[in-house]
Amino acid sequence: MATVSVRPPAAEQARAAERRRRRRRSAWRRQLVALAFMSPWIIGFAVFYVYPILSSLYFSFTSYDILTDPVWVGLANYQFMFTSDGRFWTAVRNTAWVVAIIVPLQIAFGIGAAMVLTRVRRGLGFYRTVFFLPTMVPLVAAALGFVFLLNPGGPVNAVLGFLHLPEPLWFRDPAWAKPGLALLATWMVGQTMIIFLAALLDVPRQLYEAADLEGAGPLQRFRHVTLPMISPVIFFSVVIGVINGFRYFTEAYVVSKSGDWDNPVGTPQDSLLFYTSHLYNQGFEGFHMGYAAALSWVMFVVIMACTLLLIRSSRRWVHYQGGFR
Amino acid sequence: MTAVSSPGARAGPVATRRRVPASVRRRRRLLAVANHSVAIALSIMFLIPFAFIVSTALMTNQQMGSLSIWPSPFRWANFTDLFEFFPFWRYAWNSLLYAGLGTVGVVLSGIPVAYALSRLQWRGRQVSFVLLLSTLMLPVQITIVPLYIIFVRLGWIGSLKPLIIPLFFGDAFTIFLLRQFFMTIPQELSDAARVDGANDLQILLRVILPLAKPAIAAVALFNFLYCWNDFFSPLLYAGNNPDTWTLAISLQQLTQLSRGILANLQMAASILFTLPVLVIFFLAQKVFVEGVTLTGVKG
Repeated sequence: MATVSVRPPAAEQARAAERRRRRRRSAWRRQLVALAFMSPWIIGFAVFYVYPILSSLYFSFTSYDILTDPVWVGLANYQFMFTSDGRFWTAVRNTAWVVAIIVPLQIAFGIGAAMVLTRVRRGLGFYRTVFFLPTMVPLVAAALGFVFLLNPGGPVNAVLGFLHLPEPLWFRDPAWAKPGLALLATWMVGQTMIIFLAALLDVPRQLYEAADLEGAGPLQRFRHVTLPMISPVIFFSVVIGVINGFRYFTEAYVVSKSGDWDNPVGTPQDSLLFYTSHLYNQGFEGFHMGYAAALSWVMFVVIMACTLLLIRSSRRWVHYQGGFR
Repeated sequence: MTAVSSPGARAGPVATRRRVPASVRRRRRLLAVANHSVAIALSIMFLIPFAFIVSTALMTNQQMGSLSIWPSPFRWANFTDLFEFFPFWRYAWNSLLYAGLGTVGVVLSGIPVAYALSRLQWRGRQVSFVLLLSTLMLPVQITIVPLYIIFVRLGWIGSLKPLIIPLFFGDAFTIFLLRQFFMTIPQELSDAARVDGANDLQILLRVILPLAKPAIAAVALFNFLYCWNDFFSPLLYAGNNPDTWTLAISLQQLTQLSRGILANLQMAASILFTLPVLVIFFLAQKVFVEGVTLTGVKG
């Protein structure tokens, strides 16, 4: 550059500067247009995410009941949570039950139902609609329906009695309440199933033909072709499942209150006390806002940690077509 | 259902099919029978709760105590008695307001954001998109404490405002889905319009939106149903004001409204609450299944 000795005439230089300026101005304009289009989300993100997450961090170090000013208490909320709040640990255990049992059950059942759908030719549309239908029922209505179906003298126990099987008390019995909710979750498997159905139909046929040529049986085909090919969707479902575990609330609340509306959240005997139930109970029935904020921060950290862990581990077991994603 | 396809379509493969040995054909038929048996068994499992709920909703009070499962006589009056127990239409109107206005807000605010994230070049686009995706991971529970406090200060508790107004500031899931869809529209279409002198707003309105109708229909549907079914937020923000209960809340509160309401009326109410959703589902099934698929595969 420096060796170029012929300097452009002044007019030329001015024109180049003008062009640069215009380009910079149009880049600016583009930036402004983009920001204008983005503005609803930018405002929403600041007001409904950034501010609340930060201010709940502050509230989590205070004792606050809305009516009087927050009082700084340092780590007392967290200390109480981890060392003296028995119901916190109950809620954690019950939530872990959801993540460890209900989520895998839904994934396994979703894959199973989707595989049945891939194998029928005639009537596929009909079966698909029927399998998906329960998912459309509003959760509150579905939960009330299952409260009725599983009541100790209800239809399910009538069938069990007819078959001379034990008749559990379901939602009245702390040992059977969560399995009752698992039944409800299995019934509402449609969303998971539809996603797996799409994934299964995407598996290239040649892979199965190649497996056949090599003499693979049905189990081997499932293990070595189907599972790796749908592993991204399994991964997605696991991540969503963990988050849903933390969100788990409506079914449990409806079931707990169904016997008598005065029942505390988590009835029977806290067997249906989940993480969000505890948060709701502390924050919005007891108005311990500081403690509820601490609970929500722990939830935030754990969800982030779980998601990162899952993404980390996914490198080992999730197989993306094309090898990269 | 789909078995009733046109005869012409069925004749095609038959005519070109090679002769298959009888043993193979028999095996295939057996396999088909086995598959259908499993599918039918599962169908029954999925449908039986509906059957019990509908039959209970039609039972008389005396019959509820007995073990019979078929209502005799059918008591259709359960469905009309319901309206005496609680102001159904009031709650239905609240649900409709929440779901309807909420959907309008989510779609209106989501479209321009999705456009900026998919079809404009600007600094900060990647960062914004990653932030948006990370908010997808955050359940509402994480932010409710400070939001509740804000809404208390604004005097919005006991109204529908805390439910509806935030939806006018973009919803991550909607934006994400619309963005994924906008990405699939060829860039040449926008370029051609730009050469013709259209600005970005015009491109969005005249080029992108007409092509994105199916995606918009899908997100609108998802949002409507999400709000219609939502329980947690209405429970939180209704406060002590029953006038702002949505149907979802009132259904759960039926037991409170009339101490120990009978299961037949409760099931009847559940059916009335579920029916609009099922009607929408049957009318828009295709939009639906494709939309769910889009969320899973692109996610």
